[in-house]
This record gives sequence, structure tokens and C-alpha cells, in this order.
Amino acid sequence: MKLELHVWRQSGQFEKGYFEKHVLDDLDEHMSVPEMLDHLNTKIIKSTGSPIAFESDCREGICGQCGFVINGDIHGPINGTTTCQIHLRSFDDGQTLFIEPFRAKAFPIKKDLVIDRSAFDRIIQAGGYIGVNTGQASEANTILINHELAEKAFDAAACIGCGACVAVCKNASAMLFTSAKVNHLSMLPQGELEASQRVTNMVNQMDEEGFGSCTYTGECEKICPQGISITNIVDLNRRWFWK
Amino acid sequence: MLNSRIPEGPLEEKWKKYKANAQLINPANRRNYKIIVVGTGLAGASSAASLAELGFNVEVFTFHDSARRAHSVAAQGGVNAAKDYKNDGDSVWRMFYDTLKGGDFRAREANVYRLAECSMSLIDQAVAQGVPFAREYSGYLSNRSFGGVQVSRTFYARGQTGQQLLLGAYQSLMRQNDGNNLKLHTRHEMLDVITINGEAKGVTVRNLDNGEIVSHSCDALILASGGYGKIYYLSTLAMNCNATAIWRAHRKGAFMAAPSWTQFHPTSLPQLGGYQSKLTLMSESLRNDGRIWVPLSPNDQRPPNEIPEEERDYYLERRYPSFGNLAPRDISSRAAKERIDAGCGVGPMGNAVYLDFKDAIKRDGEKIIEQRYGNLFGMYQKITGTDAYKEPMMIAPAAHFSMGGLWVDYRLMSNLSGLFVLGEANFSDHGANRLGANSLLQACVDGYFIAPSTIMDYLAEKSPVKSPKMDEWDSAVIKSKSEVIDRLQNLLTIKGNTTAEEFHKELGQILYKKCGLSRNKISMQSAKNDLLILQKRFYEELLIPGSTNEINFELEKAARVEDYLEMSILIVEDALQREESCGAHFREEHQTDEGEALRNDEEFKYVSVWEFKGNNSYELHKEHLDFKFAELKNRSYK
Ligand SMILES: Cc1cc2nc3c(=O)[nH]c(=O)nc-3n(C[C@H](O)[C@H](O)[C@H](O)COP(=O)(O)OP(=O)(O)OC[C@H]3O[C@@H](n4cnc5c(N)ncnc54)[C@H](O)[C@@H]3O)c2cc1C
Ligand code: FES
Repeated sequence: MKLELHVWRQSGQFEKGYFEKHVLDDLDEHMSVPEMLDHLNTKIIKSTGSPIAFESDCREGICGQCGFVINGDIHGPINGTTTCQIHLRSFDDGQTLFIEPFRAKAFPIKKDLVIDRSAFDRIIQAGGYIGVNTGQASEANTILINHELAEKAFDAAACIGCGACVAVCKNASAMLFTSAKVNHLSMLPQGELEASQRVTNMVNQMDEEGFGSCTYTGECEKICPQGISITNIVDLNRRWFWK
Repeated sequence: MLNSRIPEGPLEEKWKKYKANAQLINPANRRNYKIIVVGTGLAGASSAASLAELGFNVEVFTFHDSARRAHSVAAQGGVNAAKDYKNDGDSVWRMFYDTLKGGDFRAREANVYRLAECSMSLIDQAVAQGVPFAREYSGYLSNRSFGGVQVSRTFYARGQTGQQLLLGAYQSLMRQNDGNNLKLHTRHEMLDVITINGEAKGVTVRNLDNGEIVSHSCDALILASGGYGKIYYLSTLAMNCNATAIWRAHRKGAFMAAPSWTQFHPTSLPQLGGYQSKLTLMSESLRNDGRIWVPLSPNDQRPPNEIPEEERDYYLERRYPSFGNLAPRDISSRAAKERIDAGCGVGPMGNAVYLDFKDAIKRDGEKIIEQRYGNLFGMYQKITGTDAYKEPMMIAPAAHFSMGGLWVDYRLMSNLSGLFVLGEANFSDHGANRLGANSLLQACVDGYFIAPSTIMDYLAEKSPVKSPKMDEWDSAVIKSKSEVIDRLQNLLTIKGNTTAEEFHKELGQILYKKCGLSRNKISMQSAKNDLLILQKRFYEELLIPGSTNEINFELEKAARVEDYLEMSILIVEDALQREESCGAHFREEHQTDEGEALRNDEEFKYVSVWEFKGNNSYELHKEHLDFKFAELKNRSYK
């Protein structure tokens, strides 16, 4: 299989970036996108070039480490699928691909396709937890949680922190990410007490990091690899209002 | 030389007694003690958060860009606890016994018992953190059963239990990360342990974003760096999982226990081509309804649906009529390999077996099967492009879990004083084979409940921080830093023509073939030879682009492969030395007429513990295992 690649190269955060062209004609349709980049990098290294810096770890869609923009699509051409789970059979033989990093003010580019998503960690640090110390917990079955609520909490908790929601949003808003964590914890009885403080602190941190505001375009929900629902944002706004 | 420090007394009193006698440190004084934690998986994050809550001064390092990405995130199935919520006869004793037996009686009784004993508190802790475990309609926690046991003691959060437990631990960690009690350094890789007078006193790390090499001192060091199954290259582990932290500690004197005990998971997706970088795990739960088979005769090229019933070999049902398709992992994996080696393997590389849902669909209807496994069938389709409702899945065994690791005593401290090893990085509870859903538990129990007690006990005897005299520390730092810098520089200057990844692939192939699911003396002797040649070539032909003072993934990989190569030689040594079959360690010379593992308790009722002697040579120490409470039995699943 043959593909013409134009891959984003940028040597540092403040350097100018550009697309670099590579033509590969010995690809296998069952390769994943990171495997294709491994293959390309081996060639580059052997011809004493500088390999493309990119990150991916689990390669099964759960760690949230990977994520590129491919021909304008966040993560790639299949909605709800991380880049590491996109295989070349999703492309046509001979197709041209433009591969670039997720772009957002709050996610500075470190090198080539590698971005800095530590802003997400700082949002969690601001309040994305339940304040329980080790040893304080009561017997687990003293807290009853009905099946639907447990499932709903799971749906919100499933976020992998990849940042696709920010990358796809024209405002580069982190509302889907933030609201999912706010709701996961605040809808559970264990997390209710800290709910108002949590939403305040997390939203303030989100603003401080330079993410944009949400205008409900709904793009985030469409591409989220874990299918996190935009109703989380509605719930967050309600909590913010009543806090 | 090896003192396992097991407290005296009856099994059920040991941990209580330890805790009751453990020394404490005055809360106001705790902040004077600095503890370094390497790793933010379940073991690292939970210990770091718990120690910071106690008031210790904690500094944490991970090579990941966020603590949330540690490979604990990928665990699917669940976590065990002896809550006996099902009233099905479970108890701490039963869980202890299942784990000990599952590990083929090659673990320490006292540790295993403590794991079971602390399992209940872990579920309480996780629920309090907001981990959304599955619930019954009544609101109570739900359980399911997992391979190798007859009770339902597994708690789960859909197919993402590891992720949810990790997020709970990660959130607790971030809550402490205010720079006051706890400081987290992401994208920092530990490359050396600093020892002074035989005690672990610090680490040297590389900042992966700019290449800066810095040393940090501590009063106690925790390594929670995870498993090293990625040494086989193709594995269910993440691309960056590695042995560097434990291997570097090993080189500084920490003993390595049973390094060759690696679990191969029977239901991974097979390798389809040479480009492949990783094997994705399919949940073992599929074996509840899927039937495993291969064509009866070798080299049968027909598509699966064209092979008539009488020309199929349901080899697990044939060999293990009572457990059938649910036989334990090591046994299922080995049985698959046996058929594949006989030429009956399927798929483009002849390296897989079928997992067929045809009969289950006929019996229960497609709808029920979809309800049970819809997401897994979807995942299978996503990865392979095949519809498993119409055609059987193809699965194959894959390197998955490291039972071996740094040797630790009952306190989880290695023979190097002050060095604690938690989670998959240590050798402690799983013996020669790990039971499903026990390792998330072990990583959590080590970190939340054991290390906080034992580390405080250890530190209480020490005066804080300034204990290394400053000049001693300074010279140790100069030495460690220059060793690290020279090592990286030397790798960079080789300038050959083979990438680190290419070496890693070759290494994996040798190990799979000659020291994998089953091993024999002749193949391992030839493996040793191959590995020494590969290692030699590595130092002559390695090619790394770029420099040390920038983001350089190739340099990171090469340093890890260098450690893997060295470790692989010890792995083979370890497997050669053990002239018996036990758990995941199957020596072809030691089997029954029916092809089952033959354990040799007379001669091998000990753990092999290795001391690094430099230059690919090692000295063997033995920790003899006493079974005072449980009766040694043969593991039979016939
Ligand atoms: C696909 C898969 C499925 C699994 N499913 C289950 C299951 O269902 N149930 C179960 O009980 N177990 C399961 N396991 C096993 C279980 O997930 C692991 O044993 C456990 O999570 C290990 O946790 P850990 O904290 O020891 O290590 P990890 O979570 O791997 O964390 C290691 C940490 O160490 C850091 N690190 C490593 N080296 C260095 C270094 N040199 N410098 C700095 N940082 C370093 C990493 O960045 C990371 O933060 C599964 C494993 C896999 C691979
Ligand atoms: S590499 Fe983990 S989600 Fe893609």
C-alpha cells in the first residue's frame, strides 16, 4: 500500500513549523498509524535524518497518550477512535495524508507531534477528586448506588484525557473534559459534599489555563473516543449556577 | 543472607502483629523525611498519596507526560477481594489458598495471606474515592468470577477496571500535589539508584524534555515501575514499559527474584505481520462462551466456516474435560502453543487458534451474546476488520505479566536497605503464576496499606535526611551523574546502522522462541548464545540519531533495550537453573506422560534470587519456602 505523508515538523515550542513530505510505498493495510510512523522513522533514522517525535503508549485506545490530526480529522477518519486504533485500511491506496499535532493555546507544541497537556492535570489537581485519605473509608456496601447512577457515573468517568475535545473545538474549550470529571464525582453520594467547591475550583483553573469558552457546538461529543456526552456540560452549568 | 522477616505467630495474626509493633514517627517530624517514589501506576500513585497524607515529604517521578497514563490504566477485567458478598463460601483463607495454589506454591505464605486480608479494605477505599464499580439494581456492589477459582470475588468497572482504579489513585495523588507535601515530576526517567554504604539514598533522573541529568536524595526510595513483559517486544504491555528502574537497582546490589517467570495470556490477538508493535488483549471473559479449536490436521488452509465439525480439534475440552475452555491461563496458553507447534495453528502466520461463538449464538441467540460481549466484538472488528458474529475470532498467547521482579522481604524492602519495591516490579505474592484480577489488587494493597506502615517503621530508626554526610553525598552524586551521562553518550557515539527497535524485535523473537511459554535446556543454551551475540552487535551496530540534551525518544528506547538485553541473559540463566516445571515456567524435560507440568518440591521449593556480579554473571541465592499452614498439592485442572 502506498501513502503520501505530509508530517508536521517543529523543533521546539517557539520555533516555526512546516510540513515535511514522505512517500511510503511498502505499507501494510493492517498497520496502525503509529506503526506506520515507526516504520517511517526507521527509514529516516537509517538515512541519518531526524525522526518524527510522536507519543503513543498503550496502542489500544485507553491511555490517552496518542492523538494527531489527520487530514483535518481529530484522531483520524473514524469518529470515536483514537489515532492508535486507526489502521491504514481506513485510507485509500495512494492517498495523501496531512498529519499534525492537536492544536490549542493551552496545549503548546513541544516537538513535532508532541504536545503538552499538563493543563488537564492541573484542572484535576484543582478539585477533580474526593477528599478521602487512605484508611478513612467505610465498608463499601454501606453506600448504596443504584445501577443506573453507577452506569452514568462510569460514562462520565471513562474519559482518557487525550484532549481531542479541546482540539476539535473552535473555541479550544475544555468543558467536556472538565464537566465529565465534575459530574462523575459530584453525582455520587461520596462526592456530593465537595460538589460546589469542586466545580468552582475546576472551572476557575480551566479558565486560568487559557482554554476557550463553550458555545455548544457539539463537535466534542462526536469525536470523543469514550463517547462522553455533552449533557455533562449542561449538568456542569447547572452546578455552576446553583453552587 | 536473605532474611524474609516474616513475623512469628499464626498466619492470621502476622500482619496485625507487625502493625501493632511497628514504630511510629511523630506527625510533626514526618516532613523531615523525604521519600522518593518512581512510578505513578497503582502502586506508585497510591503509596505516594498515602505517604503524603501522613505528612511525609514525597517526591514522585514518572517518565509519562501525566501520572494518569501508567499502564495500570489498561487493565480490563477486575480486581479481587474476599468480601464474600455472594455468600458463596469465600473467605480470606480461601482467597489465600487459591492464590497460593494458582502460583503453584512458589510464593511466601505470609505475604499471600496478607494480600487476601487487605483486599476488602481496598474495595472500601476505591468506592470512597468514587470508583464506579458495577452495581446490582438494588444498589449493592456486583461481582463476577474469574479464571482458576470457584467463587465470585471479582469487582469490576465495565471493561475498564484498571483505568478507574488508577484514576482514583491519580486523583488522590494530584490532590496532594501542592508542592508542599508532594511534588510530582512528569517526563523524568530514573536512570540510576544512588547507594551510600549499602543503603538506597537517592536517584539520578533524566528530564526527558531537555535532557538535564539531576540527582535527588531521599531517606527511603520506592520503585513502583511496573512489569517488564515488554522484553518479549510483542506483548500486551504498553510501548514504553521497561525494566530500567529495577535493572539499574539490581546493578547497584538489589537482588532479582525469579526473573524468568512471565505469564502468557491466552486470549490476546495474534501477530499479523512483521510491522506489528503490540498485541492487544481480549478479555478472558470471552472464554465463558467461546469454544477454542484448531483444525484437526496440520496446514489446513480452508476458511474456518468450511471446516466440518468432525475435522476440528477442541483441544482444551479434549485435554481438560472438567475445566475445558476455562482452564487457567498458563495451561490454556501452553495447550495453544502445543497445537501451533504441531502445525495446526491458523491465521496468516499460522500462529493463532480459533475462539468460536457459533454454538453460543445458536444456544442463546445473537442478541444475548451481543449484550454480553458487544463491546469486545466491536473492538475485535475495529482492530482486525473481522465480524466475530460470523467467523470465529483468532487469538494467541502473548507475554503479559511479570511474576518475577526485585526480591523483597515481608516489609516490601529489598536487600538494599531503604529500597522498597511495590506492585508488578517486585516478586512477592503471585508465585510462579498470577491469578486473574490479583495484580491490580497487589499493586493497590502494596501502596495504600503496606508501604505506609513498613516505611514508617523503617524510617523511625533513622535520623532524617542529612544522614549521608554531605561530602559523601556529593561524591556519590558526581559518580552517579557521570556514569549516567557516559552511558548515554557511549550509546550515541556507536553510530551503527540498526535502530533500538530493530534490536528489541530480535530480542523478543529469541525469547519467544527459546525461553517463552515452554523451555528446554538445549533451546535455552542456544538462546544464551544468540543473546550474547545480539548484545555484542548492539554495542557495535546501534544507531541513535540526535543528542542527549533534547527530546530524543530513540535515546530513551535504546537505553531501555540495553537494559532488556542484559536482563534477558539473566532470564535465560534463571529458567535454565530451575530443573522443574511450575506455574508459567514449563520445562519440557519435566512433564508427565500426559504433558502436564511436573513440579519438584524436594529440590526446588525455593525462590531463585540473583545477585549481580558484573559482566553477565550472577550469583544464586535461595529463599526456601516453608509451607506451615497450607498443604502442598498438585495443581490439577483435569
Ligand atoms: C492489558 C493488561 C490487562 C490487565 N488486566 C488486569 C486485570 O484485569 N486485573 C488485574 O488484577 N491485573 C491486570 N493486569 C495487570 C495489572 O494491570 C498490573 O500488574 C498493574 O497495574 C501494575 O501496576 P504498577 O503500579 O505496578 O505498574 P504500572 O501501572 O505499569 O506503572 C509503572 C509506572 O512506573 C513508571 N516508570 C517505570 N519506569 C520508570 C523509570 N525508570 N523512571 C520513571 N518512571 C518509571 C511509569 O511511568 C509508570 O508510571 C493487566 C495488565 C495488562 C498489561
Ligand atoms: S496510545 Fe494509548 S490511547 Fe492511543
